[in-house]
Amino acid sequence: MSNYWQEISALTMRWVRRLSREKFSMLFTLVQPMLFWLIFFGNLFKQAANAQVTQAPDYISFLTAGVVVMTVLNNGLAGGVDLLFDKENGFLERLMTTPIHRTSVILSRFIFVMTITSLQVLVILGVAFLFGVQPATGLLGIAVILMIGMLFGVGLTAISMAMAFSVKSHGDFFSVLGFLSLPMIFLSSALVPLAGMPAWMGFLARFNPMTWAIDAVRPLILSGWTEALPHVGMVVVVMVVFDAVCLYGSAKVFCRAMG
Amino acid sequence: MDRAVAIQVSGLTKTYDAHTAVSDLSFQVYAGEIFGLLGPNGAGKSTTLRTIITLLTPTSGTVSVLGHDTVREADAVRRLIGYVPQERAIDRFLTGREHLELLGALYHLSKAEAAKRIAELLKLVELEEAADRPAKTYSGGMKRKLDIACGLLPDPKILFLDEPTLGLDVQSRLRIWDYVRMLKARGMTIVMTTNYLDEADQLCDRLAIIDKGKIMTLGSPTELKIGLGGDIVSLTVKDQSKIPTLVSALTKQPAMRAVKATPTGLDIRVETPEKALPAILECANRLDCQLEFIEYHRPRLDDVFIAHTGRSIKDEVLVQKEGV
Repeated sequence: MSNYWQEISALTMRWVRRLSREKFSMLFTLVQPMLFWLIFFGNLFKQAANAQVTQAPDYISFLTAGVVVMTVLNNGLAGGVDLLFDKENGFLERLMTTPIHRTSVILSRFIFVMTITSLQVLVILGVAFLFGVQPATGLLGIAVILMIGMLFGVGLTAISMAMAFSVKSHGDFFSVLGFLSLPMIFLSSALVPLAGMPAWMGFLARFNPMTWAIDAVRPLILSGWTEALPHVGMVVVVMVVFDAVCLYGSAKVFCRAMG
Repeated sequence: MDRAVAIQVSGLTKTYDAHTAVSDLSFQVYAGEIFGLLGPNGAGKSTTLRTIITLLTPTSGTVSVLGHDTVREADAVRRLIGYVPQERAIDRFLTGREHLELLGALYHLSKAEAAKRIAELLKLVELEEAADRPAKTYSGGMKRKLDIACGLLPDPKILFLDEPTLGLDVQSRLRIWDYVRMLKARGMTIVMTTNYLDEADQLCDRLAIIDKGKIMTLGSPTELKIGLGGDIVSLTVKDQSKIPTLVSALTKQPAMRAVKATPTGLDIRVETPEKALPAILECANRLDCQLEFIEYHRPRLDDVFIAHTGRSIKDEVLVQKEGV
């Protein structure tokens, strides 16, 4: 057990080191969702968005939940990238010839991605706070938001790592990533509530796990516990199923890749 | 001769879907020797190596390393071996020392033990000064040295080197050869793949020539060269249309062991040059076949390779490079 812990902490530290050496890219990953979506998009649509449709005091406070979950989505989907590079330059092989538990590398990646995502979510909530968005459910609500983010993130990171192990080239990986990410965002309640969408888009958005996550995070920020709790209960169920499917699928891919 | 067996490969076959990478390979590596797997790219030498070091599971057959089965006792094998991959498997953002510290943790060394070994290894591969710089500032040769230090960190009984000098300049190459010889002198068993014949000739105690997933021949470089029987006379012919006539005329001569047409002339394996050379010149004269160039040499590993695979390893390497 202490061996296992030694492996995982050393591997996790490696991801942290890598990130800290890539200052430029770190800045971008951290700042991009806040700057691009929350500040620009949120303020841009201040007048254009109809408060009757969004059911929120202003568009930024409506959008905050969406940006939080979008960050989880993007971090999760990109969670396998470093493993992809490790696979391509042979570093992964080097790791696999050491007497480590085969799951250590994967687990270290989960820990790293979840930690970074949580930090980012906190920063986003902080920036939103500066624009006057006060989470209605307080600190406990923020903790629940982080939990929902992690539940969603685990499944996404699993998909991403499975993709990293199975794609032929990293070009393929990034194409799939680009193809998945934006439709997932547009076909969810991130930018517009389901009720305000064209019927067919609203229909599709219902099958997007992201919608469920957003619909639970949003009342935690906007309304309060009574409104939020049923949604939170629901999202936990949805995410457990989602994670189970993703983890099962990626475990199979992982086993085959290691054979 | 009773020598301790370090690695036993028995009937190893590895197939990917319809493609057979290695087929029914069997050989032994003795403790304390430098064993080479020589062959062109795609011959199956990397697959063989990867199976021995537990990265691949054999489709059939078994591999045992110091008595441990590579599938059932993979962890035991992993604890005994070190691996220097073919790619520069370096994380460009980590420093040299951080690479070694990471591996130290993965081999479950204590902090103190790891620090001691890392200091020794950095000294050995002359990377002490660069140890705390990110690896992206390293030259190709330095990265290779770091690779080797990483392979040596677990203090392995057997070290595996996959194409250790591929793409290195001459100086770095000679330096790597020195390390390999020094490690052997310390009693380490070394298994390496290479597609450089001179490297195999210089370093390996024994080598297996692998082509199309099969071992074509196995032995010490000297044995393999002697095994060819006879020295080699290479002719370059001015008028290449005369090559077939010259081949058939020379084949009948008793002093010639084997005659083979090449794109520019002939390769003739002869018993002794004293008898063969006059006969060759006489024959060429009689057929009015002008010779541009005559070369005579003892068999080289090149010739062993050609004799067993039907082609030159250099052509193969060139074709591979152009294909990329």
